Amino acid sequence: MDLYAALIQPFIEFGFMRRALVACLALSIGCGPVGILLVLRRMSLVGDALSHAVLPGAAIGFMIAGLSLVVMSFGGFIAGLIVAVLSGLVARVTPQREDASFAAFYLISLALGVLIVSTHGSNVDLMHVLFGTILAVDDASLLLIVSIATLTLFILAVIGRGLIVECFDPGFLRAVGGPGAAVHFVFLMLVVMNLVAGFHALGTLMAVGLMMLPAAAARFWASDVATLAATSTAIAFASAYAGLLLSYHVNLPSGPAIILVAGGVYIVSVAAGPRGSLWARFLPRRHLEA
Amino acid sequence: MTAAFSLNDVTLGYDRHPAVHHLTGRFATGSLTAVVGPNGSGKSTLLKGLIGLLAPLDGRVERNGLRQGDIAYLPQQAEIDRSFPISVIETVLLGHWRTMGLFRPVTRAQRRQAEDALVAVGLDGFGRRPIASLSAGQFQRVLFARMLLQNCPVILLDEPFTAIDARTTADLLRVVVGWHGEGRTIIAVLHDLDQVRENFPDTLLIAREPIAWGTTTEVLRADHLSQARQMAEAWDDRAEICRRGIA
Repeated sequence: MDLYAALIQPFIEFGFMRRALVACLALSIGCGPVGILLVLRRMSLVGDALSHAVLPGAAIGFMIAGLSLVVMSFGGFIAGLIVAVLSGLVARVTPQREDASFAAFYLISLALGVLIVSTHGSNVDLMHVLFGTILAVDDASLLLIVSIATLTLFILAVIGRGLIVECFDPGFLRAVGGPGAAVHFVFLMLVVMNLVAGFHALGTLMAVGLMMLPAAAARFWASDVATLAATSTAIAFASAYAGLLLSYHVNLPSGPAIILVAGGVYIVSVAAGPRGSLWARFLPRRHLEA
Repeated sequence: MTAAFSLNDVTLGYDRHPAVHHLTGRFATGSLTAVVGPNGSGKSTLLKGLIGLLAPLDGRVERNGLRQGDIAYLPQQAEIDRSFPISVIETVLLGHWRTMGLFRPVTRAQRRQAEDALVAVGLDGFGRRPIASLSAGQFQRVLFARMLLQNCPVILLDEPFTAIDARTTADLLRVVVGWHGEGRTIIAVLHDLDQVRENFPDTLLIAREPIAWGTTTEVLRADHLSQARQMAEAWDDRAEICRRGIA
């Protein structure tokens, strides 16, 4: 098999592969910067919690309209948002910290979702919701995923400065009367939106993978916020491309293949990235004069 | 003389338990006041009450026309994530928040002011360094540079020189005295009484309750200081409801 047949031909030959690739590109563009901000805000596991929280909304959407992506997305978005708002509210109004309130509400949400799916749908449907179908992305979902990526970039451009200050020095933002709570909420909305986009392609269980693994890996390669976001997007897209090819040639399920490639990139980054990796730590270079 | 803050029988605290009990007085506009007292005497709580981050349990804090953006506040342990990938100059530029806010771009003049502020605090050439690479003293200089840009008429400093080396302290004290010379109102929580005697004309001595408030020589007398040392730590869930100020 030559290089062309291995790396390009599947996408030339099959429409579903092209669609999957475009969907993954859009997902990577949205998830890259959002994932970086989650890592920087030490909220990596909140992404995971929120990805589970969208389940009951998607399930209720499924109950109402069957396998309609728009209705399921809308339901998932609302459910994720409710969990984000309730967790944030408990954390701001009571002494409980946000990680604990997030854990509480996402578990309630997840259980509710599984309950709805298992009483109203078949196991095949549950598998569909949990694992997604990147190779069966239709025009409507492709449009949705691309719109979410566009909107994400736009919102990030508008509130980027507030997000960075809220993350790096929240006390300062409060003291100057900046819109800390509003910025935090819009950010959580972005996380939910991108998880809903990812959930079509990769399912609720793995949507967060394309958000967090590239972001976690990028910290070993770059050192300022913009470069981190670009690196994270690049790693996400490269993983998606490689994962799709792997799933095509070796006949593996595409979602886990993509996330496992991203996981591989993460492990390589931990071992050999230029900043703070094991390699940088144990094989120090000659030091500078000043 | 006008007052930046007037306190009228103010009680501040957490969860109904007072940390500062029945404080009345005023911080005159343009004054340079040290707030001293033992640990746990309510000094930081007082600053939070002044800026409005903590609502009084009782009494009134009057800010006499000051808006939130007019007060620069340096907390004791800033909740700053010092591992965050941001450069020194970007951190200092945040001092322009009042004019640039969430959306407006940073102008060349603002950038130049930030660079001048770095020179003023002795960090010339540090602009591009990530904050993660700075020592505690250097980082405190960065926060002072940011306050220089904030250009506020009122500045609140909570233990600005704790765990900071002598040279940095001397440099930053010069900045504080310079602010006073420009007519700004400065209130600083401090522990080093010699430093207070040398640089601060006014002092408020508190030990959960006000002990003395006035000129530094008058306040830092042996009898006042020994009275402050007698302060009892107290947090009693079965304490009676305080009736002072009600009658």
